[in-house]
Formats: sequence, C-alpha cells, structure tokens
Amino acid sequence: MALYALRKLVFFIGAVFVASVAIFLLIRAAGGNVAAIVLGKDATADAINALATAYGLDRPLPVQYFDWILGMLQGDLGQSFRTKEAVADLVVGRLSVSIPLALSGLLLGLIIAIPVGTYAARNVGKPSGAVLALISQIGIAIPVFWAGILLSVLFGVRLGWLPTGGWVDWSDDWVGSIRSLVLPVLSLGLIMAAVLIRYVRSAVLDVMNQDYVRTARAVGMTRTQALLQVGLRNAALPIVTIVGLQIAELIGGTVIIEMVFSLPGLSRMILANVAAREVIVVQSTVMLIIVFVIFVNFVVDLLYGILDPRIRNAA
Amino acid sequence: MTSRNAIEVRDLVVGNGDVTAVRGVSFTIPQGGRMGLVGESGSGKSMTALALMGLLPMGWSTHGSVLHDGVDLVTQSDKALSSRRGRTISMVFQDPLSSLNPVRRVGDQISWVIRKHMGVDKKTAEQQTIELITQMKLPRPEQLVRAYPHEISGGQRQRIMIAMALACYPQLIIADEPTTALDVTVQKQVLRLLNGAAHDRGSALLMITHDLPIIAAMCDTVAVMYAGRIVEMGPVAEVFRNPRHHYTRGLLDSQPTMDNIALDGTSRLVSIPGMVPPLHDLPTGCAFNPRCAVATDRCRAEMPELSGDTLKSACWHPVPNSSEVAAQ
Repeated sequence: MALYALRKLVFFIGAVFVASVAIFLLIRAAGGNVAAIVLGKDATADAINALATAYGLDRPLPVQYFDWILGMLQGDLGQSFRTKEAVADLVVGRLSVSIPLALSGLLLGLIIAIPVGTYAARNVGKPSGAVLALISQIGIAIPVFWAGILLSVLFGVRLGWLPTGGWVDWSDDWVGSIRSLVLPVLSLGLIMAAVLIRYVRSAVLDVMNQDYVRTARAVGMTRTQALLQVGLRNAALPIVTIVGLQIAELIGGTVIIEMVFSLPGLSRMILANVAAREVIVVQSTVMLIIVFVIFVNFVVDLLYGILDPRIRNAA
Repeated sequence: MTSRNAIEVRDLVVGNGDVTAVRGVSFTIPQGGRMGLVGESGSGKSMTALALMGLLPMGWSTHGSVLHDGVDLVTQSDKALSSRRGRTISMVFQDPLSSLNPVRRVGDQISWVIRKHMGVDKKTAEQQTIELITQMKLPRPEQLVRAYPHEISGGQRQRIMIAMALACYPQLIIADEPTTALDVTVQKQVLRLLNGAAHDRGSALLMITHDLPIIAAMCDTVAVMYAGRIVEMGPVAEVFRNPRHHYTRGLLDSQPTMDNIALDGTSRLVSIPGMVPPLHDLPTGCAFNPRCAVATDRCRAEMPELSGDTLKSACWHPVPNSSEVAAQ
C-alpha cells in the first residue's frame, strides 16, 4: 500500500506541475502582455511599461513562472494590482464560505444518494423503483440555479424561515452563518443527489448480479444482508470514481449558487476579478481550485487502494 | 418412507413467465447418496440446482416441491432459506474467481459461514477455518487465510469454495460444474478432495456436469436432462452400459476415447445432429424427436413419461438393451 500511495503522490505532484504551467501560459496566450491586459486598451505605452517593470512582468516567462510558483509554495499568492492587497488574505475569508458550502453540499448529496440509490436498485422493476428513477431524472434536468431560486422563493420569501441571500461572518454570528448556508447547501446537495442516485443505482445493480453476491447468499446471507455486506462494499469503487468526477461539477455549482444567494465565496471573487482584469489574482485562485480538484482525485486513488486489494497489489 | 432422504424433488417446474427452463423434474437422493446430473448447455441442469437452493435470478419462480430436512424448500421465505443455505444444503459454483468476494480475505469468508451457522465465537471460527483449510490440503493455512481470492491459484480458490460449502457438515452439497474453470491438471485433485470430504461428512452430493467420466467415477445414480426434463435416470453402471434413451446413447457415443479419436480422418467419434431446441420453441411430443434417428409420428405427437424399474427412461422406442439384442 505504501508503494501504491507513493506512486499516486508522484502522479499528484506531476499533475499539479503540468496544470500550473498550463494555467500560466493560457493566461499569457489570451492577451500576450499582462500589463496591457491589466490597464485596458486606453493605456499609454509608458504606463504599460511602468507597470510591467514594477511587477517584473518584463522578465522572461520561465523566470516569471518560477517566481510565481515558488511564491505559491510559500503561501504567497501575489497581490492585487488595484488594491495592493495580498491575494492570500483575500482568499482566506472567501474559503470560509466556499469550503463549508461545497463540502456540505457533497456530503448531503451522498447521504441522500447512497441509501436512495441502493433502494432503487433493490426495487428495480417495481413501482417504487420507477418513481425514484423518475424523481432522479427530474432532479438531473433541473439546473442548480433554478433549484436555488425555487428553494429561496419557498423557504425564504413565502415561509420566511431562512434568509434568501447574504452572509453573516462566522465570527459575528455563527448561527446566522449556518442559516445563510442552509438553502445554498440544500440546492447543491439535492442536485448532486439526483445525479449520484443514478450512478449508485446502476453500480449496486451491477454488483448484485455478480457471482460473489450469489455465493454470499448460498452460504447463508439473506438477500438484504448480501446487498449491504457484500454488494455495497463492492459498489463503493464505482461510486467513489463518480464522486471524484463530480467534484468539478460541484465547484461549477458553487459558482452559480454563490451568485444566486449573494454569498461572498471564492467563486464570486474570481468572477469579479476576471471582470476587473486582475490577472494575478485570477491566476493564483484558479490554480488553488485546480490543486483542490487534483487533490480530490489523489484521495480517490488512495481510496481505490484501500477499497480494493487487487488495485493495491497491482502497484 | 421413514428413511430420511437428503433431498426429494417432486414435479419441479422453473419458469419466468415467458419460458419454462425446468419442466417437471423429480428425483430423490438418499442420505449420503451421489447423483450425477448431465445434459448439454441449456438443458436446465443449472436452473434445477439454483431452484433447489432458492437462488434463482430475479423474475424466475419455482413450482412443485423440494423436500429437504423435513421442510418443503419451495414454500420457504428468503430468510428461512438463509438459515439453511450453507448449513444443511450448500453449493459449489463453476467459476471460483468470480464466485468469491474479491475484497474480503478468504479466511474471513470461510469463518463468516462458521460463525453464522455454528454459533461459535470469532476465535473458534478462525481456528476451525484453519483446520478446514488444512483438510483441504492447502499449503500454509495460517498465511492463506489472510490472502485475497486474486492472490491464490484457481485450484486453491475452488478448494476455498469447497471449504465454505462443507464448513457446516451439510446434508447435501450441490456442485455445479466445479472443475470446468480449472486446469486439467488440478481437476482430478479437486474432485478427489470434494468426493473425500463429502464422504467424511456423510453429505449427499448432486454433481452437475457434462463430463460423463466424472459421473462414472463419482456417482451411484445419474439423471440425464434434455430440454428441461429428465429423459433417463438410473444406476450409473446400468445407464452407461445400456442406455435406453437415444439421447443418452448419443451423449455416450460423442465422448472421445482412445478408440474413437483418430486424427487421420478415420475418426469414429460421432456427434448428435442438430442443436438443443430453444426453450420458447420446443417441439411437440418428445423434445428430442427432431434430432432422433428413430423418431416416429408418435414421438412427434405424444410426450413420453419416465418409466421402468431401476433404470427409467422416457422414450417410445427405447434402444434395445444388450440382452434383448442377444435374444434376437
């Protein structure tokens, strides 16, 4: 297992490196001169040159890249051209919104999808299974912003139970923070669940038809025991795979949900900075998100090794 | 009928609404008896086995009766059956790799069965597992219990399957082509082991195979299945020496032996013409009539029932046995 984990760690570092080069070059390929992008099309050549010199943007690209990446490794994400604030400081406050939102959304999705998907698989061909498949299908068809608006109208406007948007900082009133997160998390989680239910259902169905589940029953497990003790354990592998792939969807969902519920999260910060042409802020924060996605896939790989002895030994 | 039988099957019918895979099968295996069930693929032998275990795939149902250990298994709930499966009746499957749980250690899979049915604690179950693996003539049992199915050989996996099936001294073991997926070199060892271990435990054996020499070597009685019915049944020696049904005759003639396989083109190995009919489109009368050389209008109109004393066959024009031939 140690060897397997080491190999996956090397892959993780390699992927992060490739991604960092890609994001660095893409941003430069988009406009060529970073200083010109920042200052806009009305800027004079003198002003552009002055900015480039001040921020070292006139140096060769490899030098700029290593300067940026070494700073990232030390927690220095660069600074904003306009406000001169350190990007790292901006990001930390935003993450206290985005991370609880994304993780709770994912967790809620899983808590709903695993039992419901398993139940749907057990009842395939029966009315209850068909109804669940239908509900899941409708859930997939609903865009996450629409789910957010519907929930906001019902619980926020009609019933008045929860805020329809806005944010209270954790340090001011943590109950208020949680109340602000309930509807966004619900929107994300329900939509995640709808997608995951389908995958859980088909993973469980597939596993239930395997010979080893029949063997489990042949030595004394009831149908339900075989499903829960042997089936789910084996279905975990495809489910983990899908969860890994859904992480990118999840982040896309948080961008939209942060807009719908006016939450000051990381995604909204990136959008605002794209509009403001804050190249360095965008470059560093997008890189953070990429590292997060690659890290989740690294964790998924490690889980494979834990869940399946065949994969662990193959390394 | 006071002597208890390991299993008594009466008019077993297995179908899924559209097709009927088993069409009225009856047989009895006495305690400690050995019965072979032969037939081509699609003859219904595996479905018969799964029906006895109550392990039919979704959508299939069973009619008739299966008396075992004082109850009719057909009428039992899944929960009631689960307390018998692995304890009084158990099964060894064809492919040991796909039949073992890939993510659990083999020792844990065996000891689970022991704990479930014998009501012993974890420690005792683990000890018994080691003993069982030793009996299965597997090397280094202490290490083997910690192995996963993919880490051991095919023959070892099947011995693990047999250990699971035998762990609780069942009255009946059903073995469905237990050596088909194994190398020829280990087939004999595994069969000998299964045979010996079943004998030691006084377990009856239902051996499903299309390999006639295996039946000849291991079983007392044999039943030949064709298109969901038993067409011939009786003591192995009698059936193999003097088959009355033309299908059995054909099966025996199509077995390669040193005499009939000649690679120079003079081969006398015969095959039965045609194919097993699809279950949804069975011929009327005797299901074998389209492939039978002596079929008459009667064979095409009326279905023959099993009849006879020790050797029963279902044929309107049985193969004349050797004594009859001699008398002519």
